[in-house]
Amino acid sequence: MKDHTVADALTVETRDGTLVVRLRGPWTLQTALSVDAAIRALADRAAASVTVDATSLSRLDSAGAWVIQRTVAQFDRRGVPVEIVGLDEGLQAILDKAAEHDQSADIAPAPTSSLLNFLERLGRRSVEGLHTGRNLLGLLGVVVVASGRIVVRPMTLRGTAVVAQIEATGVTALPIVGLLCFLVGVVLAYMGALQLTRFGAANLTVNLVGISVLREIGILLTAIIVAGRSGSAFAAQIGTMKVNQEIDALETMGLSVIDVLVLPRVIALIIVLPALTVFADVAGLVGGAMVCMFQLDMTIGQFLTQLSAGVTVWSFATGLIKAPVFALAIALVGCHSGLGVSGSAESVGRQTTRAVVESIFLVIILNAIFAIAFAKIGI
Amino acid sequence: MQSPGDSPIDPAITVRGLVTRFGSQVVHDGLDLIVERGEILGVVGGSGTGKTVLLRTIIGLQRPAEGEITLLGEPVAWDGSSTIRLAGRFGMLFQEGALFSALTVGQNIEVPMRERGGIPSVLMDELARLKVGLVGLPADACGKFPSQLSGGMKKRAGLARALALDPEVVFLDEPTAGLDPIGASAFDELILDLRRALGLTVVMVTHDLDSLARICDRIAVLVNKRVVVGTMKELVGHPDPWIQEYFHGPRARAAFEAPAAADRIGAEGG
Repeated sequence: MKDHTVADALTVETRDGTLVVRLRGPWTLQTALSVDAAIRALADRAAASVTVDATSLSRLDSAGAWVIQRTVAQFDRRGVPVEIVGLDEGLQAILDKAAEHDQSADIAPAPTSSLLNFLERLGRRSVEGLHTGRNLLGLLGVVVVASGRIVVRPMTLRGTAVVAQIEATGVTALPIVGLLCFLVGVVLAYMGALQLTRFGAANLTVNLVGISVLREIGILLTAIIVAGRSGSAFAAQIGTMKVNQEIDALETMGLSVIDVLVLPRVIALIIVLPALTVFADVAGLVGGAMVCMFQLDMTIGQFLTQLSAGVTVWSFATGLIKAPVFALAIALVGCHSGLGVSGSAESVGRQTTRAVVESIFLVIILNAIFAIAFAKIGI
Repeated sequence: MQSPGDSPIDPAITVRGLVTRFGSQVVHDGLDLIVERGEILGVVGGSGTGKTVLLRTIIGLQRPAEGEITLLGEPVAWDGSSTIRLAGRFGMLFQEGALFSALTVGQNIEVPMRERGGIPSVLMDELARLKVGLVGLPADACGKFPSQLSGGMKKRAGLARALALDPEVVFLDEPTAGLDPIGASAFDELILDLRRALGLTVVMVTHDLDSLARICDRIAVLVNKRVVVGTMKELVGHPDPWIQEYFHGPRARAAFEAPAAADRIGAEGG
């Protein structure tokens, strides 16, 4: 009795309680797809025994072999004996290969959406954050000790590296820092002028621009740009070296990573950030002055007179005092993230992102602390 | 051995007049190569002779300065169009595995299957587990991410992905480098089994002299910016100094004098 055929590849007959399954032609992925449903149904059929006739099986790939083996295993589990006859020797190898493996493994990672998972992640992140803080302090300590050695023996400082870093982090950052601070100065003066003119206090626009640029905008904007440009670069450079095992090579040669990589970057940034801040202050004030001249019809002389009356040396100094501290924070976070890279290139990207986020976060926190401290001591 | 495809007389790959340049540096200069269907071709050559570049050029990743290449009857176009037409008919194992890091091994293997379309997901999962078993990875590797695997395991997972759709041609870039000797010979066995059952054509860049002696039908040696192709026996007598050095060095002698190799060379000779 002929039951059914699927694209001629599979013919099933029942003969005295024995299920005779004839396989014909090539059994490749294409065949496996067309017979998959039929052969799954076949496995549920009652039979005393099964004979698979593979005489006219011409080709077999692993998908075809798997579909056959799966069915054999299903009959096996039910205690129905299966006999395969007429199989070409060359095809036997791939059929055997398809049998010997485990089908219980998960393909996708276990879904993670429960409350417990959320709490676990929260806990993990918190502990991680604390660890990062502790390790940053550790790195700060190591860097301080290393710079102490430099003070005692200045010749051990890697001058070339410092100069190269000053160029990379400072000189090349001039255009972007200047442009952004200039534009912010323009916007600040423009908005200030619009509001203050209504109170007849248009002159105070100069005070507004002067104090905000010198005390906050100049340094903060510069620090954020440097964190984005150089903090990330530090993390990426050191991280890539770590992936390439260059860090291991350095240590094997008895060179200290702190001396060779971290310290030049820290020193360079501590020199560069105050300098960039001064440049940013000037750019911001120029922006403000231009608005005052065109919008409020001031002369440059009037602007400067009003500025010298409105701001003190301390307005400028409070901004500048913060710069080395921010520089230290950005350089340490960048280097720390870079050294935290583990193995894969993927982790370089992750650590670089972390470097930017953490250093900007740290800069803004420190800025707030400075603001409170300056207010307390009245400058 | 079964010969797949519509016209079994066609070679699997023909390379004619290939010229590859990087700036002023000429890597291949008028290179010709024919790979027959069902054969295992080993590609050897010194560092910087362009073994990997040759593979990349054949599969359409690297545009050569001059030359024509036909892969499985399709002219290779280097603009991606021939690769799309040939999707699923050839697979490539990259040197470091090149697994997608955001996906598990199982999902990596399913990528070509999903691209092909029309495969029920249950069958896809089953086939992915089958491939994982086939390349000798433990079953639990299926749910692991590439970053959790060792170098050798990544390689096997990469091969599993290259074999996902049972391709006609597989390109292997240093498949046994970084594997322990047991793993490497298991890998060799696997390639032989697949060739026997599927009529697989294999082009492998390798420095593994044992692999060369054990499974390669012919060897293509990159010298003087071209290839010299021949069986092991033919190449051993080739006059080129590099080839002489290669096949008569102490390492080569150790590999070729192993019993299996001796049998094989003897059988081919007789």
